[in-house]
Amino acid sequence: MSGVLVVMEQRSGAWNRMSFEALAAGQQLAAKLGAECSAAVVGSDPGALATELSSKKLKKAFAVQHALLGIYTSDGYVAALEQLIKEENPDFVLLPHTYQVRDYAPALATRFQQVLISDVIGIRTEDDRADSPIFVRQLLQGKLNADYRHIPPGPCFVSIQAGTFRADAVEDGTAATETFSPRLSPDQIRNKPGEPFRESSHTVDLTAAPVIVSVGRGIGEEGNLPIVEELAKALGAELAASRPICDNGWLPMERQVGSSGQTVSPKLYVAIGISGAIQHLVGMKGSKAVLAINKDENAPIFEIADYGVAGDLFEIVPELTKAIQTAKS
Amino acid sequence: MKIVVAIKQVPERDAPIHIAADGRWIEEGDLNYTINEPDAYALEEALQLKEKQGDAEVVVVSAGPERVQSTLREALAKGADRAIHIECDDLSTRDTLGVAQVLAETIKAESPDLILTGLQSDDLGLGQTGVVLAELLGIPHATIILQVEFSGAGLKVKRELEDGWFQHVEMPLPALLTIQSGGNKLRYATLMGIKKAKTKELKTVLAAEASAAATISMERVYLPEKQKKTEMLTGSPQEIAAKIVEKLKFEVRVI
Repeated sequence: MSGVLVVMEQRSGAWNRMSFEALAAGQQLAAKLGAECSAAVVGSDPGALATELSSKKLKKAFAVQHALLGIYTSDGYVAALEQLIKEENPDFVLLPHTYQVRDYAPALATRFQQVLISDVIGIRTEDDRADSPIFVRQLLQGKLNADYRHIPPGPCFVSIQAGTFRADAVEDGTAATETFSPRLSPDQIRNKPGEPFRESSHTVDLTAAPVIVSVGRGIGEEGNLPIVEELAKALGAELAASRPICDNGWLPMERQVGSSGQTVSPKLYVAIGISGAIQHLVGMKGSKAVLAINKDENAPIFEIADYGVAGDLFEIVPELTKAIQTAKS
Repeated sequence: MKIVVAIKQVPERDAPIHIAADGRWIEEGDLNYTINEPDAYALEEALQLKEKQGDAEVVVVSAGPERVQSTLREALAKGADRAIHIECDDLSTRDTLGVAQVLAETIKAESPDLILTGLQSDDLGLGQTGVVLAELLGIPHATIILQVEFSGAGLKVKRELEDGWFQHVEMPLPALLTIQSGGNKLRYATLMGIKKAKTKELKTVLAAEASAAATISMERVYLPEKQKKTEMLTGSPQEIAAKIVEKLKFEVRVI
């Protein structure tokens, strides 16, 4: 087919909404390439989901269907999508950068002697090389951006980070639906996945908090946590953290904000000693206002902060707590 | 039971970032290097499995220039039994597939029961080397793993999903797992461990020439553009605190 193929993600018949961001990316890339975009959804009975895609501006909507694809396994998905891609021969395969895609897409790309350009936060094309788009990724926890290009022949595999494209930018239109039945046998599938489960009762619902004070690596040690706890108390805020703080057991996992924790959009998010790796930013960049305090003026958190303080949190936070207490009394 | 841990050496987190003159990477001269943090969790998981299992051997493997030996020594000091340094001065010119091929060649000769590695690197963050390595070795894999148990002839692992969900996965051995941070607590090397490490085997093997050209290329690195206009607040800590209070009162309106 050439053009762009977007692999959508679903679980138990429900879309992962990042799929539509990848779909928007696929449509926009296809438009720039002067090519067509198709989409695929994988499952034991994905027909209804493929039918939903028939109202989008696509060449084709593939239902990749097999009884062994009902529950996700890397082995099943790689084998099925390898067959679809070999048959359709797209130049670009776009996927949402989900945990599931991280699990199978590198192996899928390897089947084609390709390397997935993962976690992409932007796609650009230059006029003189319209057929060779530039894929932007972050390096060194967001301290640097890098431009990547694929070296033909393809296909070129790309995964798109959450929030890079807008799901509501997906263009409506019509698409022919087509069922694709891959050849799979039970002995190809080596892993036996169990039912997904949740651990804690989620007693802390950060998503409802209007103000969040969040703490990261910069706090240095557990014994320093009271200074941010006091700020949170003064502001009437919920206390949250980036992953390393919870990894160390200094705060419970249920207070974690980011791709592996909760996604929040409070009126005010105060980021203290948080550098702002992409995994954290995707969990809080919907905040109405962000105040960041970090000793490194080049920390990526300042890219999305409304108010920034490049300084020593141990000097600034206690003063801020005092000033807020005074202002409130 | 043989467990191989694939380790990457990366710049320290607080390392000063200066873009190199050719704009394609950072100045390496002024960098200090350390173990990739997720790989430290993979090593810890291997050491804990060894302690539970008794008769297991933990072999650490790292590809790169001579400097990666310091990271391998640290892993030996923490309790790994032996180390293999795959000498490769042109690692940065190889893509993920090329790096995984280098690792696969050495690791295959070891015939391990289990391979552990971090879920992604702190520098390039492509998050793929482990999965590609499993694919090249023809063994099953599972990613973003927090807990590992031996169960019958295979493994039962706890895999992290999004939004606070988890899943158990059962799989046969040999297998490869990419380890998430936070599933265990990292240990420090003891003085005794550091002493012992000096007597442990650290073998160097030469990486084979790259068998294929890279399929992706990093063309340019640069500082990210700001997405928002950040108002930087400056002054003494008291002045900064007063300025923030003004903003929170009159602009954000949370006080």
